[in-house]
Amino acid sequence: MKAAPMETQTAPKTVGPPPTKQHEEVSNVTIRFCGDSGDGMQLTGTEFTRASAIAGNDLQTFPDYPAEIRAPAGTLPGVSGFQIQFSNAQVFTPGDQPDVLVAMNPAALKTNLPDLVSGGILIVNTGAFNENNLQKAGYKANPIEDGSLSKYRVYAVDISKLTDLALEGSGLNAKETGRAKNMFALGLMLWMYGRPTEPTLRYLKSKFSSKPDILKGNETALTKGYHFGETAELFAHQYEVKKAKIPSGKYRNVSGNEAVAMGILAATKMSGLKGFLGSYPITPASDILHELSKYKNFNFVTFQAEDEIAAAASAIGAAFGGNLGFTTSSGPGIALKQEAIGLAVMTELPVVIINIQRGGPSTGLPTKTEQADLLQAVVGRNGECPLPVIAASTPSDCFETVMEAAQMAVRYMTPVIFLSDGYIANGQEPWLIPDAKKLKAIEVKFRTDPTNFKVYERDPKTMARAWVRPGTPGLEHRIGGIEKDQLTGNVSYDPLNHEAMVHTRQAKVDRIAQDYPPTEIIGDKTGDVLVLGWGSTFGAITQAVTELRAKGKKVSQVHLRHLNPLPTDLGQVLKGFKRVVIPEMNLGQLRMLIRAKYLVDAAGINKVQGKPFKVAELVSRIQEHLS
Amino acid sequence: MSTAFKTDGTGSPPPALTRKDFQSDQEVRWCPGCGDYSILAQVQKVMPELGIPRENIVFISGIGCSSRFPYYMNTYGFHTIHGRAAAIATGLKMTRPDLQVWVATGDGDSLSIGGNHFIHMLRRNVDLKILLFNNRIYGLTKGQYSPTSEMGKKAKSTPYGSIDAPFNPIHLALGAGATFVARSIDVEPVHLQQVISRAAKHKGSALVEIFQNCNVFNDGAFSHITEKPVKDDMELKLEHGKPLIFAKGKKGIRLNQFQAEVVTLGENGITEKDLLVWDEKAAPELPFILGSLDKPTPIGVFRAVERPVHHELEVAQSQQVLAQKGEGSLEKLLNAGDTWSVN
Repeated sequence: MKAAPMETQTAPKTVGPPPTKQHEEVSNVTIRFCGDSGDGMQLTGTEFTRASAIAGNDLQTFPDYPAEIRAPAGTLPGVSGFQIQFSNAQVFTPGDQPDVLVAMNPAALKTNLPDLVSGGILIVNTGAFNENNLQKAGYKANPIEDGSLSKYRVYAVDISKLTDLALEGSGLNAKETGRAKNMFALGLMLWMYGRPTEPTLRYLKSKFSSKPDILKGNETALTKGYHFGETAELFAHQYEVKKAKIPSGKYRNVSGNEAVAMGILAATKMSGLKGFLGSYPITPASDILHELSKYKNFNFVTFQAEDEIAAAASAIGAAFGGNLGFTTSSGPGIALKQEAIGLAVMTELPVVIINIQRGGPSTGLPTKTEQADLLQAVVGRNGECPLPVIAASTPSDCFETVMEAAQMAVRYMTPVIFLSDGYIANGQEPWLIPDAKKLKAIEVKFRTDPTNFKVYERDPKTMARAWVRPGTPGLEHRIGGIEKDQLTGNVSYDPLNHEAMVHTRQAKVDRIAQDYPPTEIIGDKTGDVLVLGWGSTFGAITQAVTELRAKGKKVSQVHLRHLNPLPTDLGQVLKGFKRVVIPEMNLGQLRMLIRAKYLVDAAGINKVQGKPFKVAELVSRIQEHLS
Repeated sequence: MSTAFKTDGTGSPPPALTRKDFQSDQEVRWCPGCGDYSILAQVQKVMPELGIPRENIVFISGIGCSSRFPYYMNTYGFHTIHGRAAAIATGLKMTRPDLQVWVATGDGDSLSIGGNHFIHMLRRNVDLKILLFNNRIYGLTKGQYSPTSEMGKKAKSTPYGSIDAPFNPIHLALGAGATFVARSIDVEPVHLQQVISRAAKHKGSALVEIFQNCNVFNDGAFSHITEKPVKDDMELKLEHGKPLIFAKGKKGIRLNQFQAEVVTLGENGITEKDLLVWDEKAAPELPFILGSLDKPTPIGVFRAVERPVHHELEVAQSQQVLAQKGEGSLEKLLNAGDTWSVN
């Protein structure tokens, strides 16, 4: 099988329509790969994404997988999917409905077919459509044979068998061969859309460097899949999605969680401090801990604590020691951390709390997305316990937003809650890599002068108290969770002092809004409807508003990054519109805050299905407010 | 100029400090007659002899009467939330190995609400000095039974007597893999100072259980050990390398199967040679057996062994990664993986 690697190297270079195939240019495609959770669909999707990014398309992805690591093979709950939209123009979402569905088994077909557009391309692995699998998926008859798929362009390919044949004599056993079939499917899709195979071949080389047989098997499967598309008469078309016109520069793909991890390291570096992450494993936040644990050479310490409380508490301990403290979690973990966060509010220590939201309440939907922790973040502690809350809107936006959170924490001596969610945490998009040399420094001032030191004396501009590193002579002091004297920081039960401190803590957090840029309105400053959003709904809202404006509708958009304190000019912005409409993946939490603060009769568009908004959904729901 | 002196004893020696240097300006507000006063006094007496500058010492506490401790020490201090002192101290020690970090806590704080952090701190061998004030009652909340209250204890929340078996802090610590486990008593100032001093010098987690009398809600909890008429028969001092003798030399302890047996010297031909010679470095099973003994009640160092210290492992690992990979570059980090250029 010496020829295989040779072919592998030459194949991508000869990409281009073979003479017998039709070559069709399309502007925008949404593909969904789906199969059993053991079929490697996430990897297939990720690799297709890399190839598409390198081909110069703009794109967004949406991995959707079950909470169980391996639900029983072939069953409906075990189906894992990965959707990507790629385009020759800017894209804001992973696509409402796939144009192409790759289904590796009957269960995947059953759960995903309803989403496929009418007339869409359906590629099914017939090899998995045996009686047993059909029964597990609840099919009485084989849908490939009974005519029920007639409204789609069906390509029935026995991917299992073709992979087996390709790997005959490779020395791999049946199980290993079975595992390579996703590479065959990937190869086929790479061919169909004229994407390069090199990035995947590079990835395989690094992943299986110590397992040459498996490496060769996967390379062969990928290449054979590619060649199958080229040569099989089944496929009459090869499609081309041209490069997107996007700002020039160097790009990479990034998921929200990767961007959070890099943002944390960048903030650490730019602050000149030692960084510390206290964390406890939880879906969908664990990847941040995994990633950061690799970077001990960045003056960064990670600590997998015994529980969520210890994770937050250890970060507070690190902050007390003059380090940049972070803790990462998801909703249930944040609930456990809240008392400790209150301590950081009371003792005015800079800590960044990262909440990768998931469906709740309780354990809820661990692998699905939701935005229902906004109120938990803003008001979810005992007592009057204000802190800034900041939310990222896209995977790449997580980088800058985390850096801003860290800067805010240090500048105002306060814990900051950063909100992301399962959708942008796992979803990927191309990212214009920022210039490391141009990142803004995070200014840190430690007090070292013992003269007239008062623990709770405040900076006149920021109202922050001084940060003192233990180890500084002459500044020995005690802080704690009991109410403190407004100047000395000593324990104080004085009623008027308490009231003054409650007001002071609130005033300090309110003051953070002085650093915000003016609220950006996408569209006109006045109109019929303002669509007000926050967090991961950005993409779908942007696309929906763009479409409505293209139809001449008087719709504008504001997307909030700062949720507490709200921007000082927001009230004025809202007044420019007849109606304020707030789409959220919850029952109306931002809406509650907006109504309470501005007495505006805001309307909600609310979805809590563990899935992001579709553009079409938003367009039609926003339109209801335009009549 | 900050002092070059370090907690490991290297660097130029600091100016000699006195007990007074460790007293803060805050009025001590425990109930009159509380055992905490003695513990505070003994700690303040031991501090100067450690030779560590005040600014390099941090006291961290949770919630409870004992947790007010940091306010009274003129060092850095952090009075945190219920049960979490160990976790907060762990984060501090991991990032600031140069500081000597103490934890002041109680039986409710550490063994009930903070039980999880307590055992994990010990298993990790985090270099913290833990003063566990055990008064077998909840004092600050005014008299509920605690996780060390004896069965049958009648308290505010157990008018008919507690039905919960108590924790034995010595057993718990040994089970969690603690490298230093000791016990002393508030009314034994000299002994308490010795034990605190030993704990301060131990490398790794050092747990000191201190029997402490709450004269308001659980008065006399330890008087069956500490009262003059019974004290000699009830206190057994553990001293490394010495046979276990008490009652003014009349009685001793010998190992009988898996039990510590009280024997009388001279009776049935028993001599000092039959007695158990105390060994702090023995396998944890031995101190566990002694920990089960209540008549007499052992005080002193149950166990003092060495095992890799948490922050040292962390530092070594970081240095190793640094040596392998060089100092992390943001430029490289951001540009890692597949990249492509758009013109």
